[in-house]
Amino acid sequence: MKKKFVSKLIACGLIATMAASLVAGCGSKDNADKPAKKDDAEKVLKVAAVETAYGAQMWKDVCAAFEEETGVKVELTIDKKLEDKITPNMKAGVYPDVVMRSVGSEQALTETFVKDNNVVDLNDVLDMTVPGEDAKVGDKILPGFTENSIVKPYDDGHAYLMPMFYSPCGLWYNAALLKEKGWEVPQTWDEMWKLGEEAAKEDIALFTYPTTGYFDAFFYALLHSNTTPEQFAEALKYGEGSWDTKEAQEVFDVIEKLTSYTNKLTPAQANDNDFQKNQQLVLDNKALFMPNGTWIIGEMKDAPRVDGFEWGFTALPALKEGGERASYTFFEQIWMPKEAENQDLGKEFIAFLYSDKAAEIFAKSNAIQPIKGMSEKLEGDNKLFYSVYDTGAVAVMDAFATTDPVEGVTVRGTFFDPINSLVTGDKTKADWIEGIKKDSELLRKALKK
Amino acid sequence: MRSKGKGRFVFFCLAPAAILFVIFMIIPTIDVFRMSLFKWGGYTADKTFVGLKNFSILFKSPKFYQSFQNTILLIVVVTVVTFSTSLIFAAILSREKIKGQNFFRVIFYIPNILSVVVIAAIFSAIYDPDKGLMNTFLNLFRGVEGEQNPILWLGSQKLVIYSIVIAMIWQAIGYYMVMYMASMANIPESLYESAALEGAGRITQFFQITLPLIWTNIRTTLTFFIISTINMSFLFVKAMTGGGPDGASNVFLSYMYQEAYTNSSYGYGMSIGTIVFVFSFALAGILNAVTKRDEIEF
Repeated sequence: MKKKFVSKLIACGLIATMAASLVAGCGSKDNADKPAKKDDAEKVLKVAAVETAYGAQMWKDVCAAFEEETGVKVELTIDKKLEDKITPNMKAGVYPDVVMRSVGSEQALTETFVKDNNVVDLNDVLDMTVPGEDAKVGDKILPGFTENSIVKPYDDGHAYLMPMFYSPCGLWYNAALLKEKGWEVPQTWDEMWKLGEEAAKEDIALFTYPTTGYFDAFFYALLHSNTTPEQFAEALKYGEGSWDTKEAQEVFDVIEKLTSYTNKLTPAQANDNDFQKNQQLVLDNKALFMPNGTWIIGEMKDAPRVDGFEWGFTALPALKEGGERASYTFFEQIWMPKEAENQDLGKEFIAFLYSDKAAEIFAKSNAIQPIKGMSEKLEGDNKLFYSVYDTGAVAVMDAFATTDPVEGVTVRGTFFDPINSLVTGDKTKADWIEGIKKDSELLRKALKK
Repeated sequence: MRSKGKGRFVFFCLAPAAILFVIFMIIPTIDVFRMSLFKWGGYTADKTFVGLKNFSILFKSPKFYQSFQNTILLIVVVTVVTFSTSLIFAAILSREKIKGQNFFRVIFYIPNILSVVVIAAIFSAIYDPDKGLMNTFLNLFRGVEGEQNPILWLGSQKLVIYSIVIAMIWQAIGYYMVMYMASMANIPESLYESAALEGAGRITQFFQITLPLIWTNIRTTLTFFIISTINMSFLFVKAMTGGGPDGASNVFLSYMYQEAYTNSSYGYGMSIGTIVFVFSFALAGILNAVTKRDEIEF
C-alpha cells in the first residue's frame, strides 16, 4: 500500500515537473526576447538589418559610431534570414524601429509592409541635417534615387523608403575573350545579333541568365531605352494598352529573339540551387553575355575560369543607332514600420547613415551608397563599374507600381518566369504577352492610390 | 472514493499531453481555417474579412490546378512505385538468404537520413545537362544527338516533375522497406514451413502468407505515403527547382508558400492550406476504408 502511494507521489511529481517546464519554457522565451524595461532616460533604438554579401561587421561598426555620436544605445539584430528572426516578435507586437531589407526578397517583408500601408513617411528625413555635419540628407543623396516608384510607392509624392547601397546592373562578359576574337562590345541590338551569329560559329552562345528573376533589372532598362518617359511611367502602372504600343512590342521582340540565342542549358539551371552554373557558362566561355550586378565579382570569386578571364560590363545596347543605352540601378532600401516605438530616433539614425563617417565604414565593405562624391573615392574595378553612367548610359531606377496584393498574380510569375518557357519553346511570344495583358488588368485594378 | 482518486490521477497524467495537443495541433489548425477567410499580408495586424473570396479565386486559378495535378501525380506515382519496390526488397531481404543482407539494408536506408538539401545537391549533379550521370549514361545510346540536344531534366516542363519523382522514390524506399521488414520478421517461420510442405512456392507464400499478415502495417504506411509525399514534395521542389521552370513543378505547398509569403497573400495561402488539409484527410480516409480487411492473427 505504502509502495503504491510512493509511486503515485513520484508520478505526480514527474507530471508537475513536466507541466512546470512547459510553462517555464514558454515564459523564458518571452523574457529573453523582450528587452528589460529600461529607464526612460536611456533610449534604446532597435535596428534590424539583413546580412548580405557585404557582411555583418559594417553594421556593427556603424551602430557603434551612431552610439558614440548621439549617446543612444542601439540594439542591432542582424541575420541572413532576417524575416525568420524578427517575425515571431512582430506577431507578438514587438517591432524593430528601423528595418534594412530591400524589396525583392523571397519572403517579401518590405513589399508586405508597403502594400499594407504600414511604413512611416520618411519625407522629413530628407530635410534633416546629417548628425555631426551641416549638410541636409536630401542634398547629399544623388539625384534620381529619391525620385522613383520604389522610394515613393504611393501617389502622395512622399518618400517612405530610403535608398541605401546601390549597384549598376547590365550585361557582364569576358572582356579578354572579346579582345582575343576581335569582337566589339555591341552598341545596338542589331550588332548584338550579328555578334550572336559570329559567336555561334565558335560554339559560344550569345546569352545566358542566372534565373528569370534577373530579368527585372534587364526589362526595366530595356523598356526605358525604347519608350518615352510618359510611356514608361504608364507601363509601370500597368496602363491600359501599354503593352500594345509599337515600342513595347519591340521590347518583347528583343527578348524573344534573345531567347533564341540563349545557351540551351540555361533553363535547366535557372533555379536558386543551380543558378551559379549559368553564371559559370560565362566564366567558361560557353556564353557571352549575362544580366547581373556588381556583386557577381564577389559571388564568383572562387569559381574556376578560363585562362586570362577578365570581367567586362556594359549597359544594354540601344534599339536604334545612337539611341538610349540604359543600365538599371539596383539599390537596397531602409525603412521604418508604422508600429516603431522610437520614430524620431529612428529617423535620426537613418539620417546618420548618410554621414561621411557612416559612408566610409560601409564603403570599406564595398557597400556603396548613393551619396554625392562617393564614386570618385572608389578604386580599381569598382571605379570602372560604377562609372558606367559617366560614359553615357542612362540610369533607370523605377519598378512596377505598388499594388494591393493580387492573389495568384506576381510580377515575376507573369513577366519574367515565362522567359524560361520561351527558351524551351513551351510558350510562344503571343502566349507570354497575352498573360502579361491579362494580369496587368488585375494589377491595374489593385493599384495603390 | 478510490475510483475518484484514480480518475483524478488519470486526468493529471493525461492533462499535459492533452494541453500540448490542443495548443500545438487543434488551435493552429482552426487558425488556418479562420485565417483563410481574411485578406492579410501576414506581418501586421491589418486584416480584412473577405469570407470565402479566397476560395473562389483559388478555384478559378490555373496555377492552383497545376500544383494540384502535380501533387496528385506525385502521390500516385511515388506511392505505387515506392510501395511495390520496398515491399519486394523487404520480402527478398527477410525471406531469402543473400550475402551481405545487412549491407543492403544500410545502403537502402542511407538516403532517408540525408537532408533534403544534400539530396538536392546530389540530384543536381545527376541531372546536370552537360556532365551529369543521367545524360552521360544516356549518351552512350544517343551518341552525337545526345550531345547536341541534352535532356534538360530540370529544365523541361514535361520532365521536371518526373525528375522530382525519381529523387523522392530514391529517398523513401529504404524507410518503408525497413518498416515492412520489421513486421515480416514477426511472422512465425512455422507458417512458411508448413506452406512449403504443402507445395506452395515463394510467390504463393508471399501473397498468401506475408501480405495478409502485414496488412495492418501496409494500411498504416499508405496513410504515411500521402502525408509524407505532400510534405516532402515541398522540400524537394523548394530545394531542387523552386517551382520552376515557369511554375511547372509547383506542388500544393510550394504554391502556398509563394502566395503566403512572396506574394504577401497570407490569407489566400491559408485557403490553399485548408484545401490541402481537407484533401489529405479525405484521401487518407478513403484509402483506409478501401483497404479495410478482417484482421488475420497468428
